[in-house]
Amino acid sequence: MKHIQNIGLGLFLTGLAIFISLIFLGKYEVSSQLFDEIVTNKGVKSELFINDLKANVVGKKFSNPFTFSSKITSALKTANETHKQNNEWNKVIWSKPHSFAYEIAKSAGSGPIKENKGLFWWLTFGLGIIGALLFIIPQVITLGSAGIKNNGIFHNAATNRGWIGWFAFIFLVGFYILLYFRPDYIVNWVYLVDPISESLSGNPASQWFLYGFLYCVVMTVMAVRMYIKYRHNKYQVLRTTSVLFFQIVFAFLIPEILVRFEKPWYDFKNAFPLDYDFFFKWNLDELIASGGFGLFILIWGIILTLVIVPVMVYFFGKRWYCSWVCGCGGLAETLGDPYRQLSDKSVKTWKLERWLVHGVLVFALVMTSFTLYAYFSGADAVLGIKTQTIQDIYGFLIGSIFAGVIGTGFYPIFGNRVWCRFGCPLAAYMGIVQRFKSRFRITTNGGQCISCGNCSTYCEQGIDVRAYAQKGENIVRASCVGCGICSAVCPRGVLKLENGPEKGRINPTDILLGNDVNLMDLVNQK
Amino acid sequence: MEHIVIIGNGISGVTTARHIRKLSNKKITIVSAETDYFFSRTALMYIYMGHMKFEHTQPYENWFWKKNRIELKKGYVKSIETKSKTLHFAEGDSLQYDKLVIATGSKPNKFGWPGQDLDGVMGMYHKQDLENLEKHAPDNKTCKRAVIVGGGLIGIELAEMLHSRHIPVTFLVRESSFWNGVLPAGESSMINKEILNNGIDLRLSTNLKEIVSDENRKVKSVIIEETGEEIACNVVGLTAGVSPNINFLKDSEIEIGRGVKVNRFLETNIPDVYAIGDCAEQHEPIGQRRPIEAVWYTGRMMGETVAQTICNNRIEYKPGHWFNSAKFIDIEYQTYGWVFGERGRPDYEKHFHWMHPNNNKCITVAYHKDTNLFLGINTFGIRMRHEFFDKILTEKQTVAYVLEHLADANFDPEFYKLYENEIINQFNKENNTNIKLKKKSWKRIFSV
Repeated sequence: MKHIQNIGLGLFLTGLAIFISLIFLGKYEVSSQLFDEIVTNKGVKSELFINDLKANVVGKKFSNPFTFSSKITSALKTANETHKQNNEWNKVIWSKPHSFAYEIAKSAGSGPIKENKGLFWWLTFGLGIIGALLFIIPQVITLGSAGIKNNGIFHNAATNRGWIGWFAFIFLVGFYILLYFRPDYIVNWVYLVDPISESLSGNPASQWFLYGFLYCVVMTVMAVRMYIKYRHNKYQVLRTTSVLFFQIVFAFLIPEILVRFEKPWYDFKNAFPLDYDFFFKWNLDELIASGGFGLFILIWGIILTLVIVPVMVYFFGKRWYCSWVCGCGGLAETLGDPYRQLSDKSVKTWKLERWLVHGVLVFALVMTSFTLYAYFSGADAVLGIKTQTIQDIYGFLIGSIFAGVIGTGFYPIFGNRVWCRFGCPLAAYMGIVQRFKSRFRITTNGGQCISCGNCSTYCEQGIDVRAYAQKGENIVRASCVGCGICSAVCPRGVLKLENGPEKGRINPTDILLGNDVNLMDLVNQK
Repeated sequence: MEHIVIIGNGISGVTTARHIRKLSNKKITIVSAETDYFFSRTALMYIYMGHMKFEHTQPYENWFWKKNRIELKKGYVKSIETKSKTLHFAEGDSLQYDKLVIATGSKPNKFGWPGQDLDGVMGMYHKQDLENLEKHAPDNKTCKRAVIVGGGLIGIELAEMLHSRHIPVTFLVRESSFWNGVLPAGESSMINKEILNNGIDLRLSTNLKEIVSDENRKVKSVIIEETGEEIACNVVGLTAGVSPNINFLKDSEIEIGRGVKVNRFLETNIPDVYAIGDCAEQHEPIGQRRPIEAVWYTGRMMGETVAQTICNNRIEYKPGHWFNSAKFIDIEYQTYGWVFGERGRPDYEKHFHWMHPNNNKCITVAYHKDTNLFLGINTFGIRMRHEFFDKILTEKQTVAYVLEHLADANFDPEFYKLYENEIINQFNKENNTNIKLKKKSWKRIFSV
């Protein structure tokens, strides 16, 4: 078994190494014909930019994406600067430099990868998937019989912030930085999934398609790990299946198929304010322009946030979304599961969490109200602040840095729910409902708790579950995503996630069940 | 300001301190020689197994004590002078108290085996035991085999710990089946199987004769009493029960038996001196409980109670219905009320036993053979609701009532397969009854 796992690890690492090395392969060459096309398609009016590129890029061969990209981005920046100085606003190119460079690179690239997409898919994704599965599946035997098997987690460099964890951290952060801010460096990765994208939506892949596909692949492979690790626990098995289903079908397949039928790309489960650009002008315009179906999406999005989300939280707690439906939650519960014990449990962090997560919610709401005000009034600024500026700041700070780079990149350091705990505005919104108006709680089983601390250690949201359990008190916390692991790891059967009457849900006690009845009454009823 | 000194920073002592603080402004000092801060002893095993780090076993953050004005003193109490109300420490200093709570817990039993103090012989109770184990058994290269002596809850935990690091374990159990002084035969044999399935060399009806030393006073092997067989090993775990940790009281005026003798108010023979937790011994057993109860929650309850007494609300220690829980490798165990094994079972106690054919799940219900009064339940691999059984036992319900309401009692995670119908069908068949399962009712569950 160990041999199979080592072979798997070897294949996985080979696939990963090839994947990373792809960045440095291939050639980029813009023919004058291609360049004319781009100028026409993009409506570029800046002769400065056109001449600069004609002199420095067109007809030249570049052997890596970095110089290629820097030529284009610097040309774009210099041209824009001059135009802005001269007030030639119609000549300014408003695209982000690296996105612009990405689009040129995507068509200008050539070389072995573009010519052998299938082969390289197998050498990267293929080896990665097969290797990972060869590593994971033998755990059916190596972990021993079904049950909680957390042996060695805090002795392992991968799961205890050791060198493997730090490498994973660097890789993930690097990946997200490339994805969000340097897409022009990763066109070779995007080529790999072109065939899949074409078969779904009919279009070649974008970096977002790559991300969506990779997301599904990673979740699926790591879901296999969840199925093995928690095979004795039906709650975990069903929950994992559910997030996997919603990710693959709702977040990946349906939107791509919608595009094939010339409908707007839309993820039906992605609720505002997590879906923070739902009310942005471009989205509203696109939805309204796509007729009845667009209108349906618009109404569905509003009902989802205002009715479905709170009603479901009332009946089931926010877990129905965070641990059963959500894509961010889905990744956290599959790829992130090995890191759940790294979340910080201190009261200090809890305070920070409340400021941050509610701060982001307020930010999202203010931004949206500004946007809607601007939309209906036709103004482009509210209180002297351009809505575009506030949207850009949110998109950069929250949408990219917080949700992506920190939210996922920091899994190996701060645990797997960094985004959900500190940043997600939807989680903040549902948390308020869960705390004050819900039937959900984690019931503490009388006096059975022995304060061992497994529950707190494995709470990905950093809730000090034990602090409640050892007092015989139910756990009712805004941040609880109902993953159910505290209940699973409890050696004494103390915790149960359940939905019941609101009365008695929050039950602070001073004396626990099992002690003298009179004493319990005396002390607890004070 | 009255000064309350508590010796021992385990669950009993810390609960006492917390409750005194809630009720009063008294000065509180907790003395411990073991650790700076309270930690959960029950979680020591998880540190060795790598499930947790030591810091995770500390239920309160380090600022908690200062914030609640609970002073922590690290020191080993050598003797107590009750006349002058003074504690003398091994370190040479001393401390005055107005009221004293002795909560020093237990220490592992040693029955005078030859070699029991060799290097590599240890209990599994104190933090120091864990450090010792980490030193002698870090992996299966350093420790080629470990022998565990004593088949109780700590013994099986230690076996599981060593097994988690792939260290071969021989487990010597004096009884003919694991823990059968407490568990009925069917359950005990299920645990035997669980132990064997984990590759642990379980030796039933086997006693230790001696531990053999090598030239460096380190463990070399053990010799079995019955067969004279010599088993080479590097570590010997002594887990044949625990007894009160009260040697330091021998020369004091405080009355001791096996533990510190206390009355129902947890008072010793000396005024203003109390004893709680594992080290306290009741003059008369309470109900069917033992005079010394080394259980986590009884320590906590005694702490809750004695805090009231110290804060001028003198109250008797009246533990409610018996309950407990444990985990035998992968099998969770809970018990509510009294279910006796073969030993000490009253004649009126009748058992109904249901076992899943292949899933390591079973229950035993004990009831009165004449009145059908429900006496207690053991469950393995099925979680039950404490409040449900506490209420049933108070209301003195019958076995039929309990079976009818099993759905209310179940505490397994959502979506788990439930076996209530199978259980009831078997009972009906065996007893010619016609009990029907009632649907789970939140109203009943929460009308406690």
